[in-house]
Amino acid sequence: MSDVVTMDDLTNKEIMSILDDAERLVPVAKGDIHLPLLEGKVLANMFFENSTRTRMSFESAMKRLGGSVLNFTSVGTSVAKGETLFDTMQMVDGYADVAVIRHPRQGAAQYSADAIGIPILNAGDGAGNHPTQTMLDLFTIREAHGTLEGLNVALVGDLRYGRTVHSLSHALVRFGATLTLVSPEGLKMPVEIVSDLREHGAEVVETSDLAGVVPEADVIYMTRIQKERFPDEDEYAKVAGIYMLDSSDMSGAKDGMIVMHPLPRVSELHPSLDNTENARYFQQAFNGVPTRMALLCRCLGVKVPKKVK
Amino acid sequence: MSEMRRVTAICNGTVIDHIPSGRAIQVIRMLRVDTNRSNPVSLVMNVPSDKMGRKDVLKIEDLELSQEELDRLALISPQASVAIIRNYGVAEKRVVELNEELLNVARCTFWNCITQNKMEPLPQKLRVVSRDPIEVRCYYCGRGQNMEEIIENIL
Repeated sequence: MSDVVTMDDLTNKEIMSILDDAERLVPVAKGDIHLPLLEGKVLANMFFENSTRTRMSFESAMKRLGGSVLNFTSVGTSVAKGETLFDTMQMVDGYADVAVIRHPRQGAAQYSADAIGIPILNAGDGAGNHPTQTMLDLFTIREAHGTLEGLNVALVGDLRYGRTVHSLSHALVRFGATLTLVSPEGLKMPVEIVSDLREHGAEVVETSDLAGVVPEADVIYMTRIQKERFPDEDEYAKVAGIYMLDSSDMSGAKDGMIVMHPLPRVSELHPSLDNTENARYFQQAFNGVPTRMALLCRCLGVKVPKKVK
Repeated sequence: MSEMRRVTAICNGTVIDHIPSGRAIQVIRMLRVDTNRSNPVSLVMNVPSDKMGRKDVLKIEDLELSQEELDRLALISPQASVAIIRNYGVAEKRVVELNEELLNVARCTFWNCITQNKMEPLPQKLRVVSRDPIEVRCYYCGRGQNMEEIIENIL
């Protein structure tokens, strides 16, 4: 089936092929070339939780390729009346050709994929996975370094609740990355994920010291400490604002080191960083469009032409 | 002492032998023989065993445990041996086997898993990712399960 629920649903070869497709689709994503590959197809954007970039970039991707979009939010719908996810998704199965789902409950995307026949793309399930974000992250890393092989990547911040880093770490070790996990004690990467990463043969270092990892990193991937994921406000207050980068921190970095962030940011990236060569987070946000175009094409069985014109 | 019978032989029912020492109470809870049933249950704990050093034994009268019930045993006692007793004799030996997937055996224990909504109709699924030591994860949310909590969440 062509669902993408976790990065395990894609082989390394498929990942590279989707990134190649995405690269060719960049002019379409920018609106420079008209290419209605998905004309007549309908995407259901099922957002049971707030989103800005993910929802809009999927919508932009679908529309740039000539398809149409049904946007769903749980507020004011049958979900507010207590409808199960199973029932809501049965409806979508009849209305659309492909569905993107974001849900506050972990496992909701796999559950939906089992419940219905149309392809499902997981756009974030609680603190679980966010594979389409990982694909655009990999696209951004490959764009900057020319490769995904053997890079030294530091993942920083909320590694416990941050689903982007869960998916990304799984993918990076498959390409031989060395991972440095930087977080306060209470926000460490879940043990089962660290154990999976090491089982893949990855070199994984855990630390709480951000300054110490800057000189060795090829990529620093910052994340927001997500207030909404904390069961308790006091716990959030203890760690909010613990990691910050500004332009002065870049002086000790390697040439070509990039700073990424899934956005939105709060205080972890100072605006002084925005105009440095290292900052890639806005480019990263744009990359969501061509990458999601390529993923939608794959799910719908539509081939991206070798030459896009 | 090993020659002496600690509990009497049962006429009909199920004998579960070679339970790791100290686990018999968990087995009782796992099999739900402690609730909603009135079958006599005999429990022997920490008896000497050639094979295991020490072991527990359970005898449940007038109840032949189904294979599905016995498969749950594998989660906490994969080496247990099970005999179905009829008229004081061993009528059948049953194998305890840990399947790769546990369907509707226990509810995922993670508070934010989609399956926590009891109205959701799809089955509870747990995956066995490692057998020694046993490691079980929820098929949907991927969270590792704590064995003590699983016993509390048996369906």
